Amino acid sequence: MDPNALLLARLQFAFTISFHIIFPAFSIGLSAYVATLLVLWKRTGRADFHRLARFWTKIFAVSFAMGVVSGIPLSYQFGTNWAHFSAVVGNVIGPLIGYEVLTAFFLEATFLGVMLFGWQRVSPGLHVTSAILVALGTAISGFWILAANSWMHTPDGYQLQGGIAYPVSWLRVIFNPSFPYRFAHMMTAAYLTTSVVVLAAGARYLSRGEFESEGRIMMRMGVGMLAILGPLQLVLGDQHGLNTLQHQPAKIAAIEAHWDDDGPADLVLFALPDEAAERNRAEIAIPHLGSLVLTHSWDGRFAGIKDFPRDQRPPVTSIFFAFRLMVAIGLALIAIGLIGVFLWWRGKLFTTRWYLNSVARAWWLGFVAILAGWLTTESGRQPYVAYGILRTEQALSPVSAATVATSLTLFVLVYCVLFSIGIYYIQRLIWRGPKGEAVALPEGLPNRPLSVADAPTRESRGQTAKPPGQAQPSPNGTATQAVSAAPAPASAAKSNIEEPRQ
Amino acid sequence: MTPTTPADLAGAAYWLPIVMAGVIGLAVAMYIVLDGFDLGVGILFPWFPQEAQRDQTMNSVAPFWDGNETWLVLGGTGLLVAFPLAYAVIMPALYVPLITMLLALVFRGVAFEFRWVAKPSHRPWDVAFAAGSTVAAFCQGLMLGGLLGGIRVDGDHFGGAVFDWLSPFSLMCGLGLVVGYAFLGACWLVMKTSGGVEQIARSVARPLFVAFLAFILLVSVWTPLAFQRIATRWFSLPNLFYLSPVPLLTIALAVLCWRGIRGKQPTTAFYSAVGLFVVAFIGLVISTMPYLVPPALTVWQAAAAPKAQAFILAGMSVLIPVILGYTVFVYHTFRGKIRPGEGYH
Repeated sequence: MDPNALLLARLQFAFTISFHIIFPAFSIGLSAYVATLLVLWKRTGRADFHRLARFWTKIFAVSFAMGVVSGIPLSYQFGTNWAHFSAVVGNVIGPLIGYEVLTAFFLEATFLGVMLFGWQRVSPGLHVTSAILVALGTAISGFWILAANSWMHTPDGYQLQGGIAYPVSWLRVIFNPSFPYRFAHMMTAAYLTTSVVVLAAGARYLSRGEFESEGRIMMRMGVGMLAILGPLQLVLGDQHGLNTLQHQPAKIAAIEAHWDDDGPADLVLFALPDEAAERNRAEIAIPHLGSLVLTHSWDGRFAGIKDFPRDQRPPVTSIFFAFRLMVAIGLALIAIGLIGVFLWWRGKLFTTRWYLNSVARAWWLGFVAILAGWLTTESGRQPYVAYGILRTEQALSPVSAATVATSLTLFVLVYCVLFSIGIYYIQRLIWRGPKGEAVALPEGLPNRPLSVADAPTRESRGQTAKPPGQAQPSPNGTATQAVSAAPAPASAAKSNIEEPRQ
Repeated sequence: MTPTTPADLAGAAYWLPIVMAGVIGLAVAMYIVLDGFDLGVGILFPWFPQEAQRDQTMNSVAPFWDGNETWLVLGGTGLLVAFPLAYAVIMPALYVPLITMLLALVFRGVAFEFRWVAKPSHRPWDVAFAAGSTVAAFCQGLMLGGLLGGIRVDGDHFGGAVFDWLSPFSLMCGLGLVVGYAFLGACWLVMKTSGGVEQIARSVARPLFVAFLAFILLVSVWTPLAFQRIATRWFSLPNLFYLSPVPLLTIALAVLCWRGIRGKQPTTAFYSAVGLFVVAFIGLVISTMPYLVPPALTVWQAAAAPKAQAFILAGMSVLIPVILGYTVFVYHTFRGKIRPGEGYH
């Protein structure tokens, strides 16, 4: 085993999966949000719901595409770089990923086509159903991949024969001890993250004085979600922590920078952990609070880092800080939610400048918290890749450092360029806002073919292609605007036929 | 290591790997046909000079590409699930073409969305779409060639060098697959588009047809000459008679396809082109089986624990028909030709 190849392969996996998780986390939340908006539109017939659904669908399309293409390399990296991992735990992990493909990937990928391109091709009922199926697909995908990941943390329902893990009980493999906590924690994180983005976009429009009705809907929904999910996430995180203490005590010791189990534990607020000297420098701690958080009792005890042999300890410093970053952001989100609800109650949610301005800049909070949380839990599992079964350095493929260095360089270059551009495009779409139907189709302009993200022209065009009675959004809102964009339905249909061939 | 010959195995341990290999074969075949035409459309992108024509070709595959590419993920994870040993050997062996293909797919995948958001400055995404599709197809051919050419296995892992897959044969396969996908893409465009796009597609389909048939012939001659076991498989008696439908079917489909391209039967052209791909794929399977990693690992040697295979097979036997069902539904929803200037919106 080449130590350089190991380090590079780990870096490559960390890099590609960190880049990847940003997009599924956003897609899980956004698909549910779009489906909710479409259901609301279907039930109320309100045009602003429809406009919002179309607007967020465009952003979803870009984000989903980046999630798909950044996800495919992961499923192949298990083989290219971590062949021994595949050989040792493939019997157990493989089927879970297989089920993810079968129950989730096909569902979301296939109905995404209907959701993105079916606005005029299928009935509104079927279209809304497709959006719900896509949202369901993203959640099912989360179920399986978190089952697989949780198994790597708290393996159960297997037996080792000749160093290879064989499944014994699939129920215990899937519903392994940490799975329910991790699944609830991550899905809530995904919905929270998206809620912050939606809230920030709404606040941005209101502080700019644009898209008032859409901005208010976004802010109300965002604040409501934050006020409910934020505190819920605190409870879930606490429970997840207790579960981790039970199954992976070394991880908890590292998270808390808790070196010695010599009495009730402090809660270390800040420290510079010194792993060589096995102690904290510049420590600021609150006595007993660590015990209270982790054992829910004033004098509770839990293992310290020194209780574990050096070759079984995870890295302390990175985990310690990543965890604190995640918790700080979590608390900030709870504050944003509660302050928002208070302002809403006082009737000042849409007019409080300082709140609008600060929330408008907060869109990235959830993403950073998710990355910090994953860094904590994955580093906390080290030195194992499958806890207690396979050490990370034993999982490597027979690849050379030079090969991995080349592919890592390529991944870094390609991802940085492509995904920066993608994030820039998403920002630009959000900046432009949910204009949609309000934009008229200029007469005589050659009708360019349109895409999901090419809103203004397509919106008006889609409307004009339909007789007024069938116009999809409610007749009082959108359709009227669309019809006014083209003098009469008949002439609109005509211009459609005579559209210049390029 | 598990027993080598099927005679040593009984019951589930014998037939489960065969069934699983069949399912993965189906996934790979679905991938080759479905992503084949949409990669082909990307390969042909430079042949359409005008923006509107490019919009139309891209729109003809836009609702489908994501579902199509999912078959690739199923192929990869299916191999991990059912044949972890083969997965652990093949992936490092084909590291370079595989990673290159994945990166190329990233470029062409994001182009589907980025190109529209970027307008009017979308030129780079035209290039990304065309180059990404071409490189991905070429790499898939390299991988096919590398796999057919044989992979060195030491114990339970890949024992060769980084560039073992590189050979005149694999380069020929790479080129052949680019031509084949382009041909399939041309037939798709003839079927799905009209006006100038259809005319261009029709005119490139003919030379591509001839070139693709030439590659099929070349592979059919090259592989038995280069690999004794393939020659024995096809040309020993009575195999020669049993396997004769493969070349005969190829000829029949080729005739049908040619008439479809020349005449006014665009649907016939596309479906018989698909048929040609399927028969070619079956031919390759016949040449290689029972090896998953020729000439070292058979399906039985590479198989996962029967319990793992049974678990995934139970799900597959329900879910794959469901997936095929809604795939058909989506293709049916977006059926028919799209007109110039019309997107599916």
